[in-house]
Formats: sequence, structure tokens, C-alpha cells
Amino acid sequence: MDYEQIGLLAGIEIHQQLDTKEKLFCRCPTLLRRTDEHSGEYHRYLRATESEMGEIDDAAREEMHQERKFTYFTYDSTCLVENDEEPPSPLNQDALLLSLTIAKMFGMTPIEQVNMMRKLVIDGSNTSGFQRTALVAVNGTLPNGGRIETLCLEEEAAQRVQGETFSLDRLGIPLVEITTSPCMHTPEEVREMAGYLGMVLRSTGQVKRGLGTIRQDVNISIRGGARIEVKGVQELDLVAEVVKREAERQQNLLIIRDQLVSRGASVNPDPVDVTGLFAGTGSSILKKAKMILAVRLDRFSGLVGSEIQPGRRLGTEMSDYAKKCGVGGIFHTDELPAYGITSEEVGTLHRTIGTTEQDCIVLVAGTPRQAHCAAVQVIKRARFAMDGVPEETRKMLPEGNTAYMRPLPGAARMYPETDVLPVPVEPSTWDGISLPELLTERAKRFSAELGLDEGLSRQIAFSERLPLFERAVREAITPTLAARTILGTLKEIQREGADITRISDDQFLEVLRAIESGKAAKEAIPEIFKMVIKGSGSEAAIKKCAPAVSRDQLQAIITKIVDERAEFVKEKGNAALAPLMGVVMAEVRGSSDGKVVSELLKKEIGRICKLK
Amino acid sequence: MEPLVTGDRVDCTYGGTQLNGTYITERDGKAVIKLDSGYNIGVGMETCRFLERPVPVSRPEILTVQDPALPSLSIISTGGTIASRIDYRTGAVTSQFDADDILRAIPGLSGIARYRTTQLYTILSENMTPRIWQELATAVYKEIKSGAEGVIVTHGTDTMSFSSAAVSFMVDTPVPVIFVGSQRSADRPSSDNTMNALCSATAAVSPFGEVAVIMHASTSDDRCAIHRATRVRKMHTSRRDAFQSIGIPPLGFVDYPSLNVDLSPEAVRRGSDEPAIRPALDESCRLLYFYPGMPPSALPQPGEVHGLVIAGTGLGHVSTDWIPTLKTLTDQGTVVMMTSQCLNGRVCDRVYDTGRDLLKIGVIEGADTLPEVALVKMMWVLGNENNPDKQRILLSTSLKGECMKRSHHGL
Repeated sequence: MDYEQIGLLAGIEIHQQLDTKEKLFCRCPTLLRRTDEHSGEYHRYLRATESEMGEIDDAAREEMHQERKFTYFTYDSTCLVENDEEPPSPLNQDALLLSLTIAKMFGMTPIEQVNMMRKLVIDGSNTSGFQRTALVAVNGTLPNGGRIETLCLEEEAAQRVQGETFSLDRLGIPLVEITTSPCMHTPEEVREMAGYLGMVLRSTGQVKRGLGTIRQDVNISIRGGARIEVKGVQELDLVAEVVKREAERQQNLLIIRDQLVSRGASVNPDPVDVTGLFAGTGSSILKKAKMILAVRLDRFSGLVGSEIQPGRRLGTEMSDYAKKCGVGGIFHTDELPAYGITSEEVGTLHRTIGTTEQDCIVLVAGTPRQAHCAAVQVIKRARFAMDGVPEETRKMLPEGNTAYMRPLPGAARMYPETDVLPVPVEPSTWDGISLPELLTERAKRFSAELGLDEGLSRQIAFSERLPLFERAVREAITPTLAARTILGTLKEIQREGADITRISDDQFLEVLRAIESGKAAKEAIPEIFKMVIKGSGSEAAIKKCAPAVSRDQLQAIITKIVDERAEFVKEKGNAALAPLMGVVMAEVRGSSDGKVVSELLKKEIGRICKLK
Repeated sequence: MEPLVTGDRVDCTYGGTQLNGTYITERDGKAVIKLDSGYNIGVGMETCRFLERPVPVSRPEILTVQDPALPSLSIISTGGTIASRIDYRTGAVTSQFDADDILRAIPGLSGIARYRTTQLYTILSENMTPRIWQELATAVYKEIKSGAEGVIVTHGTDTMSFSSAAVSFMVDTPVPVIFVGSQRSADRPSSDNTMNALCSATAAVSPFGEVAVIMHASTSDDRCAIHRATRVRKMHTSRRDAFQSIGIPPLGFVDYPSLNVDLSPEAVRRGSDEPAIRPALDESCRLLYFYPGMPPSALPQPGEVHGLVIAGTGLGHVSTDWIPTLKTLTDQGTVVMMTSQCLNGRVCDRVYDTGRDLLKIGVIEGADTLPEVALVKMMWVLGNENNPDKQRILLSTSLKGECMKRSHHGL
């Protein structure tokens, strides 16, 4: 696809959890829990309220179509602040300082007085019905010449367990939100910039790692299309695919628009009650429904069923709108007869409503309230189709498609958080912030100063265990040994199913020191770690797995082995080295360094060969 | 340049970028600007440039529709969190919502009753006074006399139990008089105001017939508890279920969202009383919280007050060295009543020596009356009865369910 030609513009909003000790507005730990550990639960309803300017946000209004009862899990590591039963504690200063550090790394300007806001979110993920958020800095730069517009410090939302049930352990963890301008022009560029932002954030060494701790929202538009915000892209690898598919969707919607215009299509604003028509239907959904309404889309035939993303049609979009009213979906005549609805029923439907095969009819079914609500939603989406692409917030589907979530939220969803006083950012605070070294710089330095090869330098610099590596180097462990053990040995035994989190940093370093001093051989490391994981102390594990064999003892063992196999050695010469290595290592059970064994063996083999 | 006023459109050149927004206010020397993104920021006043002063658009007045077929309720608004909204300028929560606003904010109310609304005050409840209790009681009585089938009083929660007790003593009512508030501000989607108001309105049209406080029964939005006005206390600073009946179970519950009302046999039923009002109060009364080592000099001077309620320790005690000073007080005619800091359980001054001494000098045992309720009762009794013997009898008798003859089990 020629992205320049279609005028692709994309921007990123990145959300990164901060690894502070405490949450943003209470002194609970930022600890994620297993949901079966929850200590209690309670239920709430949320209602859209007016902003201080007297408006109700569109996105919030749409969430209100259904009255939803939310359930929350509490833990011994959450408190009344998460329950929305206590005013927030003062802003976590560590989190503010960290967000300022990140802002400085991007060359941004801090806001002189940070004002905390409430952002209306009534999907249940915030017990209060709003997310606390503050604009901390503006105007930074990206390597592609683009701009970072804003950096906000926010609280993380509660994690959805399933349905309308949420877990409160995650609620309130500090989060930075970084928003770029729409400065990217290809899916690859978006991926690259998302990667860069993530790298800078990780360079602080104080952000959370692992799945779900960083999320990208991507803003995408094409020329003639509209701004779409895709929420929650967790994997970097999917970013480019999401952009590609969204560009495609917008193009297809524009094509549909052009066809609707040229056909002179129209949307009938009055749904028709057709409940009676389906009294004896074979469709179980329609049979169950208290009310069935038909929405008439004149000259839409064929277009509602036309594909706009792999496996998704315009009808799917209408269905997503209708689902906001609590119905399971819609039927439309482009896909009928099917789902137990016969061609006779479709014929009767057209005759009753007075439509022809050029037209499309959409059926919505449910309680009268649901059906009316869903019909209004379908009419709304059909009207949007005649204008092209509606501005929306969409969620990412597993393979890179997107589905409608809600209208784009506006400024009306923000109002001041009155329980938190504004926080001044003093120039001295800002000037006092020292910038952490970027991981890319650190990788270069490792390669230059520590003699690691480029690949290993980069891997260890970007590893979650970077702090352990740096400590090992500080404590005079050979860098290559430390890096290879972290990136290789630990990963290998983890793959075998061992829980490597049970090895403390101190134990890890003690084992490496034993290797360096010749107390144990490199070959014994996996065995020693496995014993540590099973619960033995590192010293005991070292002794057990690798009883120290002195150089003299080793020499004696090797001399004996070589003498016993003198004939073999004479015959094979230096080729005897490899088989004899195996014999010696088995004898010393990994307690000697292979390099030393090999040296001594070579000498002994030389001695025997000379005798020849 | 003339100073900026709230609502002015401004632009700020800040950090090398142009930010457009609306001027809100000056705070701590900074100009607070609401950016078009919705975020507020505080920046130096000098970075803001005036663009224009928009003509204020008046919001369309949404009329509250009343169904004449429904029972008639009166809402008397006094302020508090349930009637609060954010002050656009200061950013603080203030009480300035009138009763009509409550109807607009909680549309579900219009399906329960038709309403007449009176805005008596817009104050936070820590600013209440006995003078206002009297006005409130008079307003409640007026509504009952005008045919209201129930009265709802919206009130700040801090001192709601004082006001509910005061109205309970002052007004005899054949219809429910419901005090309701909210613990979490009305501007938040999670506010308890909606459920509390809907449950209160439902109870106000139910067969119930006394003065009560209705608030969340638990942290969940599942039901409200109906508390007797003279047995209720705010027991938590911030939780939704802060209000608890002390010493008795709640008089009933209103389930949410079904709004089913379930009344206990103890709850007074509609029509059990004739409307009457006796609003006199003797404000010359005090409540003293005793602590170990508190000097007798903390007591009022003889003649300084007419009534004194003591929140004593345990079964109802103060230190022995208080006895002579207290005796001077009672000798001079000050009415002294003993209650307990334990809140739960009954005062009994016949078990230990100090107690017996207290009884000897004429201190009245407050039975299981809550200390604050005892103070309100003291004001009302002294305000309406001059005969000291009759005062003693009234203070020892349950007038509005404030004390009980039997102590229930447990806490």
C-alpha cells in the first residue's frame, strides 16, 4: 500500500506503569495479586455526571445505555482509597519525580503547577467513575523529528477479571502517558517509534516490566478519513499490523461512502415493529425476543455485508454499536437467509416494510428497551457510513483487527480532582534531575568497556536483569561470565521448568564468585542453581555439586587416566583429547573448569606421545 | 491590560508550543488554564494572552416533570455533600445545589413521588446550630401540616444525627421524616447520593412513620438501612456505611435497585401520631468528654450553664476528685446527666463507689442514651419544662426511642 498516497497519519499514546513502592494516591504496595487471593468483594453502579462546565461526555453517555452492576475484588494489599471509600492521600512524590525524569529525557518542558484532574471513565474499571490524571510536561522530541505533545501522570485502572468483575490490586499504580503528535507516516515508523519510547522508559530502570505493564494506543487517520484511537495494543509486534488494517478499513469505508452517495442511499429514521412477523420463526434468538425492530436502509443492499477488514463487515460495525444496548448483535438482509431465518421470512419482511432487494433491512431484537436503543444505534452508525469514517475509540482484536468501543471522548470528561492540592514543580527540582543513560548507550558502553560482543551487550542492556549484571560487574565478576549466566544458564533452567525467582541476587553472585575462584566449574552452574531453587543454601549447593578438587588432585587424576589408556593415546595422538575430556569430567563431576582440564590433558597426552 | 476573568479564552506560549484554553482562576500565584484537551495546568500569569471573552450561553433549563398521580413529598435542602457541586473557580466542593437540582441530578426520583422543594440553607453540617434545628423543625412541621405524605431532609453527614435527634424531639409526626446525605460527592459517578436519595424517597412513601436517617447499609450499592433518628451515629469518617444504629438493629432496609422496603416490627408506622411541634430549646447546655486526669476546673462554673451531659468512662464514671465540684453544680440547680463513652451498653452508677457518689449528688443516669442525643434531649427538656422534678422524669424516660428499657445482646 502506498501510505503517502492515502495520507496516513499516525500517533502513539504509550502507557507505562511505574515501578514505585507505593501507589499514586494511597500508600498501598504496587503489587499484582492472584485473583483467588482476594479477601472480599463488593458491588457498585456508576452513573455519568456533568463536568464542571455542565456537560455530559459523549463516551460516558453511551456507557449509560445499560445499567451495569460492577463487582470489585479487594485484597489485604488494597485499602479504602481503592474502594472509593476514602479521599486520596497526597500525590506520590516518587512517581512525580520519575515522570519528570522521563519528561526531561524527552527534552520536554515541565508544567509549573501540576493540577490533578478527574477523567470520567464509567466502564467500571475505576471505582470512583474517574481516573486521576495530571498534565506534567509538554513538547518533547522524537528521533524521527516528530513531537511528543504531552506527558501525563495517571493512576492505573482496575484489571477486568471477567465480565463486569474487576480486581483492585492494579488500581492506582502510577502510570505515565506519553502522547506523540500524528507525526508517523507508515506502519513501520509507528512500530519503530513505539519501540524507541519503550526503550527510553526502560532506561530509567524504574518502570514495571512484563506483559500488560506497557500499552500502546495508536491514533490513525487517512486523508478523507477520521481520527481513530485504537486502545490497548500490548505487543509491539502487532502495532504495525493494527495500523495497516485500520488504514485499510478507512479506505474501504470511504469506498462504501462513495457508493452510497452515487446510489442516492438513505437511512429511514423510523424503525418498524416486526415482532409479529417472526411468531413462528426457526431462529431461536428472534423467538426469544420480546420485541423485534426493523431498521430500513434504502439502497444499502450488498454494502452492509461488504468486507472492510479481514472477516469484518460494515454490518459488524453496526452490530458493535447495537451491543452497547445489551443485545447480542444484529441480523441484516445482506447475510440472510441464515441463522434459522428463511428466505420466505425475508420476503415477507421486504413486502411488509415495502422495501426491495436494492435495500437492506437490519433486525434488532431484545426487550423493548434494548430493541429501541439498538435501533437508534444502528441508525446512527448507518448515517455515519454515508459520511465516511466516524471518529471512534476502538479496541484491538487478537489478530490486529479493531472493533468499536465508544465515541472519542472530549474535554467534557475532565474536571478538577478537588481532593488533591495542586503541586508546584520548582525549577530547582527540575534542574536537580539527572538523566539516566539510555539503554542503547549503555549497550555501546558495555561493548567498548567490558569487552562483550555487540549482541550480548544489547541483550544484557535491555534485559530485565540488567541491575543484577551491573552489580556483578561492580563486584568484579567477569562480565562475559555474568552476562552469559544471566541470559543463557538462567533461561535454560527456566525452560526446564525451574522457578529461577527463588535464586536471590546474593546467591547468584556467590555462585559466580565460586566459579571465578576455581571452587566450582562453570559446568556445575545449572546443578548448583537447581539445588538452590530446591532450598539448599548456595554454599552447600556449591560444595555438594562441586566438591573442590585441588590442582594437584586434578593432575593426579588426569595422569592416572592417561596412563591407564596409554595405548589409546599413542594411537590417536591429539585426537584422544575429546574422548578423554569426557572421562575426566565424569570423574571430577563438573567440579573442575573444563579449560584447566583440557590444558592439563594436552600436556599429559604430549608426554605419552613423546614416549612413543 | 485588564485582569483575566473566569471563562476568558486565552493562549499561552509555553515550552515552545502554543496552548489554547480557558482561564479558570489564579491559584498560588499561577494562572490555572483549562486546555482544550480538558486538562488544567498552572502557568505563570505572564505567559497567558487574552483572546476573547465569550458571551455566556445560558444552559437550557431542564424542567422537572411531576406526575400528579404520585404521592406528594417535600424535600427540604440544607446543604452538605449530597447537594454539593464543584466550584468552577476555586475547584473546591461547595454546597450550592438546590432541591430542584437534586431532582434533575437524580431523574429516578420523579417515578416515586411528586415533590415540593424548599431550600432552607446551603451549609456544610459542621456549621449547623440549635437555632437552625429549630428552623428546620418548623419547616418540617409546616410541610406535614400542608399535607406532605413524607418529608426528606438533605443534610451534611457530619452532624446529621444531631439534627435528626433534634427534629425527632421537637416534632410529632404521622408521616416519615427522612434525613439523607451522601458520603461521596455528588459530582462523582460512584456517588452514594443517587441510591441514598432513591431509597429515602421510597421509604418516605412507605408505611413507615417516624424520623429516621437513611444511608448505605454496606459498602456495596445493595441496600440502605433505616436508622431511628435518636439511635444513630456516624461511625466512620468516609465510608458509605458510616451511619450505624447503636444498641438496636436498624428499623428496616430498602433494597437497591428493587427499592423494596422491609420494616421491622419496632418501626413506628405511618399515622401513629398527630402532628405537633414544640420547638423550644435551652441552648445553655454542654457536653463534656471526660478523660483520666481531666481537672475539675474543666467543669463549668456554678450557674454558668443550665444543663450538663458528661460522656463518662465505662459504666458512667468520672474521677472521684470531681465529686465535690459536681455537687456544687447540682446544688446550684445545674441538671447533670451521665452517659458513657462506650456508646454501646447502659450507664449503671450503682456498681462502684464513684457511681454511687454521683447518684447521691443528684446526677441522672442516662441509661443507654447516646452522649450527643442526651445533649439535644437536655436542650429540649430544659427548653420545654421548668419544673426540676418533671425535668428529671422526662430525662429518664424514653421520649422518641432514644433510650430503651432492655439491653439487647451483643455489640
